Amino acid sequence: MRRFKRLLPRGRTLVTTVPYLWLLLFFLVPFVIVLKISFSQSAIAMPPYEPLLHWASEKMLQVQLNLGNFAFLVEDNLYWKSYLNSIFVAGVSTLLCLLIGYPMAYAMARSNPSTRNILLLLAVLPFFTSFLLRVYAWIGLLKNNGLVNNALMAMGVIDEPIQMLQTDFAVYIGMVYSYLPFMLLPLYSNLEKMDLTLLEAAADLGCKPWQAFVKVTLPLSLPGVIAGCLLVFIPAVGEFVIPSLLGDPGMLMIGKVLWTEFFNNRDWPVASAVAIALLLFLVLPIMYLDRAQNAANEEGERT
Amino acid sequence: MLEEFTKETGIKVNYDVFDSNEVLQTKLLAGNTGYDVVVPSASFLELQIKAGVFQKLDKSKLPNWGNLDKGILERVGRHDPGNQYAVNHMWGTTAIGYNVKKVKAIDPNAPVDSWALLLDPKWSSKFKSCGISVLDAPDEVVGIILAYLGKDPNSENLDDLKAAEDVLMKLRPNVRMIHSSQYIDSLANGDICVSLGWSGDILQAKSRAEEAKQGVEIALSVPKEGTIIWFDMYAIPADAPHPGNAHAFINFMMKPEVAAANSNFVHYANGNAASVPLLDPAVRNDPGVYPPPEVMNKLFPNLARSADYTRALNRTWTRFTTGK
Repeated sequence: MRRFKRLLPRGRTLVTTVPYLWLLLFFLVPFVIVLKISFSQSAIAMPPYEPLLHWASEKMLQVQLNLGNFAFLVEDNLYWKSYLNSIFVAGVSTLLCLLIGYPMAYAMARSNPSTRNILLLLAVLPFFTSFLLRVYAWIGLLKNNGLVNNALMAMGVIDEPIQMLQTDFAVYIGMVYSYLPFMLLPLYSNLEKMDLTLLEAAADLGCKPWQAFVKVTLPLSLPGVIAGCLLVFIPAVGEFVIPSLLGDPGMLMIGKVLWTEFFNNRDWPVASAVAIALLLFLVLPIMYLDRAQNAANEEGERT
Repeated sequence: MLEEFTKETGIKVNYDVFDSNEVLQTKLLAGNTGYDVVVPSASFLELQIKAGVFQKLDKSKLPNWGNLDKGILERVGRHDPGNQYAVNHMWGTTAIGYNVKKVKAIDPNAPVDSWALLLDPKWSSKFKSCGISVLDAPDEVVGIILAYLGKDPNSENLDDLKAAEDVLMKLRPNVRMIHSSQYIDSLANGDICVSLGWSGDILQAKSRAEEAKQGVEIALSVPKEGTIIWFDMYAIPADAPHPGNAHAFINFMMKPEVAAANSNFVHYANGNAASVPLLDPAVRNDPGVYPPPEVMNKLFPNLARSADYTRALNRTWTRFTTGK
């Protein structure tokens, strides 16, 4: 037993090194490369930007930092407008996912164990088909002579097809449809683990069911809500495929702006600056949120 | 065709398709693609040559060079001076594709032989409800507008760009789709009725509409103000692992019967003069594929633009797509 205990910290370090190593290799190193490019200047060359470091003379290594790319992002209103619009679209999508996902997760968590597994399987079933293919399927459903319009016309609800494709409505459908499982799963795993005797206690103390939900279930499920919202919100901000396939071409999204900088303007430095700015906009508030939540949790544990 | 090449030379071909020139260009500029042969469009190739992406062709390894069309070689030379780096695979135009019946029903006098059909708001507003699509290709669309305005289509003058932007902004409220591939299906099934698109794609929409037998009839028109002639080019990356095989492949593609079979299949013209007698008459005599000489004289190249102009152009394009 004592020997086991002595081994324990070493095992623990080993286990925690793996994720850190992963983050270092696949997050920090690429981030530093992108950061480096963002301080460079575009050029007609391979790769299409100037090197940051170059030998001015045999003994002098010069570093050339170009801050112009970040200044450029502030000068042209295109960038902050697209950031804001992306955050707005992602926010609305997250809210819709939460409104639809919460009752679904709740129903799944409270159903009996055998149906629960089937429901869980159904929730992840869409992942068996390629994401791109599923978005294309929505084109078939929503287009002017697509399934939805044809069905509505056949039933006599409408006389002329409604323009649904290439509208914001189609984008929200695509976003909510694609990201709903990311909301559903963390909510479900949280709600499923909840101690049901707490609800009985609440009832004993005179809570009506809805009061028990608001006072007990909802606060306890908050970590699940936050996890689900982040899992939906973060990829939704950078989403590029859904708006470009289903949305109006005029919809300003930061993912599209980044694409234009990288592929059409061939300006890797500005594209990198856009990516870094997006990361900072997203990561800093989330880190703050995380810290605030941890502080609140510690507070809660102490009292 | 690739199988036949393997049968003849014993060289196995791995084949990748790119959804756009931009994606291919980004890969090429990053380097080490591992490709032996790539097929960018000439306007992209022009810049890639300057960036040092390609190696010069060894013409002693291309005995079929003599089959190439002199006129096309000369036009391609605007992009690749002296034809040192690339061989034409296919070429085509940027044109108007339209739904014959729907356009006629809206106005029998619609000028389908002119860019005014799209660029004059008087006309574009009439076709708004039945659907207009425009290629998501800023350089080509702006070049065409400049030609329509009687200016140099390859101008890098920012005042000219401003004039083109005015035309774009008046067009914007009447456009439903700005995309470079979705319009093929939409045109074929009648969701869109006027498209600014690539000739081969429009002809593809036409044959899809015929196959579907839903009564949709698509026609292609090369407007009288002239339009872009573009070229898809074979070239060999400087870091190609097997340049010998690459030359063998390009030489194989320059055989008259191979070039003819390719054109018969995709309905694009090729730059191989020796292949013309072997073409399917339906392809050879289609003015949409091989335009008559008076139309050929009005075609202009889409040259690569400077980085500064490209940025201004794409900024204009963003204002156009977002409508503000």
